[in-house]
Amino acid sequence: MLRRFDVHRVTSIAEAVDARQRFGEDAAIYAGGTELLLAMKMGVARWPHLIDVKAIPALGRITATNDALRIGATATHWDIERNALVGGALPALARLEANVANVRVRAAGTLAGNLAFGEPHADPPSMLIALGARVVLEGKSGTRSVAVHEFITGMYQTALAGDEIIVAIDIPLPAKDVRVAYVKFQILERPSVGVAALGTVRDGRFVGAPTVVVGAVDEVARAVPTAQFAGADARDARTLDAIAEAARAAVEPTADLAGSVEFKRHIVGVFTQRACATLAAQAS
Amino acid sequence: MGGREIHLRVNGGERRVVIEDQTLLIELVRSLGLVGTKLSCDSQVCGACTVLLDGRPVSSCTTLAIEADDKPVVTIEGLADGAKLHPLQEAFIERFAFQCGYCTPGMIVSAKALLDAYPEPDVATVRHWMDGNICRCTGYQTIVEAVLDAAEQMRGAP
Repeated sequence: MLRRFDVHRVTSIAEAVDARQRFGEDAAIYAGGTELLLAMKMGVARWPHLIDVKAIPALGRITATNDALRIGATATHWDIERNALVGGALPALARLEANVANVRVRAAGTLAGNLAFGEPHADPPSMLIALGARVVLEGKSGTRSVAVHEFITGMYQTALAGDEIIVAIDIPLPAKDVRVAYVKFQILERPSVGVAALGTVRDGRFVGAPTVVVGAVDEVARAVPTAQFAGADARDARTLDAIAEAARAAVEPTADLAGSVEFKRHIVGVFTQRACATLAAQAS
Repeated sequence: MGGREIHLRVNGGERRVVIEDQTLLIELVRSLGLVGTKLSCDSQVCGACTVLLDGRPVSSCTTLAIEADDKPVVTIEGLADGAKLHPLQEAFIERFAFQCGYCTPGMIVSAKALLDAYPEPDVATVRHWMDGNICRCTGYQTIVEAVLDAAEQMRGAP
């Protein structure tokens, strides 16, 4: 049961931006509703107006250039996991999307909505941050793009301005020899720890430093300082142990029903080792 | 407040209904007497409220009814052909794939979406897809077997 609200269907980005200005704090942007309607049902959020952006044709598209993917703001997890461009250019993202929540959430929920909600227990942010993805925003003063790690500013907090909507997510494609891994620990609907790792392994050694981002365990996803592992032996257990230690130190886990701070910090180490081991295994 | 008129297409039938914007799809279908669709967790976790909207499985507890405007909706009542049960329904009976039955409509509707998308699923595909439908009675083995049986049955049907 939901309290009364009005849905305003807009058909262009300009109309959406106008509606954002007109309603201000009284309106939320509505696409999949998988987070928004839940929050409204639980009574933790109430908006008298919802701005439905699903009928804006440009927002539904997934396109690719040679070096980037652009995921439109109303593309659902379901759309992304099945999209041939995504599967071909970035199969690790397709796999991640195929394992978000459950099939019904994937069928309705959007990647942009996932970022916009700033829910800490989410899969996509860690991988998107590791890949250097950016959120493309449009507002009354034009278009801007913000790196995902700067877009999500805290628990349920983002850099989205009051007159803006998300238009797309731009994801740079890694070079051919760069491997991308995502592993997560999950016992309920949302991940309690998710680790994205990205790097090149040649002759058993990291080429440059691997990128490791730990998500879902902290208030926001955290990049692990890894500069010291440039050129390290990727198959040496001591290297993986040291990266895991750096990951444990980089996070401040939130204790909840899925585990204590100590437990989650331990799991961060285990899953960081697994993600990095995957990079080496894929490269062999 | 006048509400909004939508063109509803449920289980092959068509009608116009007037609803409020905040009406949930589960409230609408149950108000039409289609009470096979069950409310349970009310938070998109359990799958008891699963219906097909435009061919996709959705949680009707967390879907606005206005989303169904001019799109086909299939509920559990839309699967049988008169007195002839759908192969999934037959398979659930054959395999004893339920006990209390509360989750079963959602299970079967979700499985229908699976078989529409993957007519020849393997065990891993069935388990992954049905992962979002929770049963607190049976354990899941018989449910997976029922879905696989139904898939075979449907492939063999003329």
